[in-house]
Amino acid sequence: MTDAIRVSGLTKRYGATLAVDAIDFAAPRGATIGLLGGNGAGKTTTIAMLLGLLIPTAGTIHVLGHDMARDRFAALARMNFSSPYVALPARLSVAENLRVYGHLYGVPAIDRRIAELAAELNFEDLLDRPAGQLSAGQKTRIALAKSLINRPELLLLDEPTASLDPDTGDLVRSWLERYREQTGATILLASHNMAEVERLCTDVLMMKAGRIVDRGSPADLLTRYGRDDLEDVFLDIVRNRREATP
Amino acid sequence: MKIAMSTSGRRIWGLMYRHLALYRRSWPRVLELTYWPTLQMFIWGFTSAFIASRIGVGGQIAAGILLGGVLLWEVALRSQMGVAISFLEEIWSRNLGHVFVSPLRPWEMVVALIAMSAIRMTIGVLPAILLAWALYAFNLFDLGPVLILFAINLMAMGWWIALGVVSLILRHGAGAEALAWSVLFGITPFAAVFYPVSVLPFWLQPVALALPAAHVFEGMRAALDTGIIRWDHLAWAIGLNLAWALAATLLFARQFRAARTSGALLAIGE
Repeated sequence: MTDAIRVSGLTKRYGATLAVDAIDFAAPRGATIGLLGGNGAGKTTTIAMLLGLLIPTAGTIHVLGHDMARDRFAALARMNFSSPYVALPARLSVAENLRVYGHLYGVPAIDRRIAELAAELNFEDLLDRPAGQLSAGQKTRIALAKSLINRPELLLLDEPTASLDPDTGDLVRSWLERYREQTGATILLASHNMAEVERLCTDVLMMKAGRIVDRGSPADLLTRYGRDDLEDVFLDIVRNRREATP
Repeated sequence: MKIAMSTSGRRIWGLMYRHLALYRRSWPRVLELTYWPTLQMFIWGFTSAFIASRIGVGGQIAAGILLGGVLLWEVALRSQMGVAISFLEEIWSRNLGHVFVSPLRPWEMVVALIAMSAIRMTIGVLPAILLAWALYAFNLFDLGPVLILFAINLMAMGWWIALGVVSLILRHGAGAEALAWSVLFGITPFAAVFYPVSVLPFWLQPVALALPAAHVFEGMRAALDTGIIRWDHLAWAIGLNLAWALAATLLFARQFRAARTSGALLAIGE
């Protein structure tokens, strides 16, 4: 079976600025990959290229076997994306918003799927509320529901538990684990929550200045950097504090 | 019987549903659709009535031509704004990121915006047409079936101009949004809406004749004044619309790709 994501020599240059510098990685099906790095490391640019929102300067991207340069819409129908930084129309109710995306993704029996998601993510009481009247945490949950509307085989998540209280954050993480186990979906996760990355991710890509500077499972990285938690590994890399042992 | 929609049809409907739901929940937006065309009809209707009362039979014909021009120009205006403002709604709600990473093709988005524009135009212009009939005894439908061809040509012109505006917004961000309201007003003096092309200075006439609207309004005046249908003007309007629509489509495709290259789609609201 092909990898869910296969990226080769991926480069993005804006004039003289090199945002992403010839990165290579693959995400096997069913894996949860963490994309970590400081601000300006190239994470958002990489995700935007994976989504087809940004055309790479060089390199290739294959998503679910589709070449994103030639066949991105076939891949887009089988994947989805959530970010607290992209909003849903504020005046539409939660149910209306989800219905819009249900149609855009060709979801059969949309209202049944919305009811399922509302029950699983615990927002049945919010369905008729305008999206603009929700709290930040509620919006994050609805954005996650939107990203699951088409039962995606590949889920790209940017800060999926940002703005959530610890209890709801934990519920969402548990739900993501269950979703991956039940569907075999692949998840690519950009997060600054290191505990979340340690818990959810099978592999981590550490980005700095547009390059992948290290990679491995959370346990492998902890061992190689001689640290007890991933936050210290992150700081070691970002601040050039300590080299990994080979 | 349940009609199975094609996958493209469902995506187009999805985007239309988004805008229809918005109108259902926002009465000021619905009011805005009818406000300006109705106001225009009051202003120009009374002006026409005044002209007709002063000049007599010739004045009545001139008044009819004036009212016909106002109503049909609203068709073009509302069609252009319908596409451009629906696109801007996505920017204002910071929703474009979700829309452009969905399987919705750019051409499907354009079709959805055009369909919304047709609905917006109908809601906006129909009350003004009824008002012209009720208050000033001017029935636009007296033009006969050719009115449909006039209206379709003006709607098409509004759509390709809007596609050009959307292309500029893709290229320059929300900073170009003022064009959504102003661009067609800038064309009005050359579109021969209220006077024939021959009134324009000689050097401006080719500019007017390159616009489908000028041919539509020449045709409308001929129909109202003499009852003759000028098929030559209609043929020109159709041909020009096709040529301009092709140019606008190429511009849109080029700017959409440029926005994906420059990263403008990531920060289009700024």
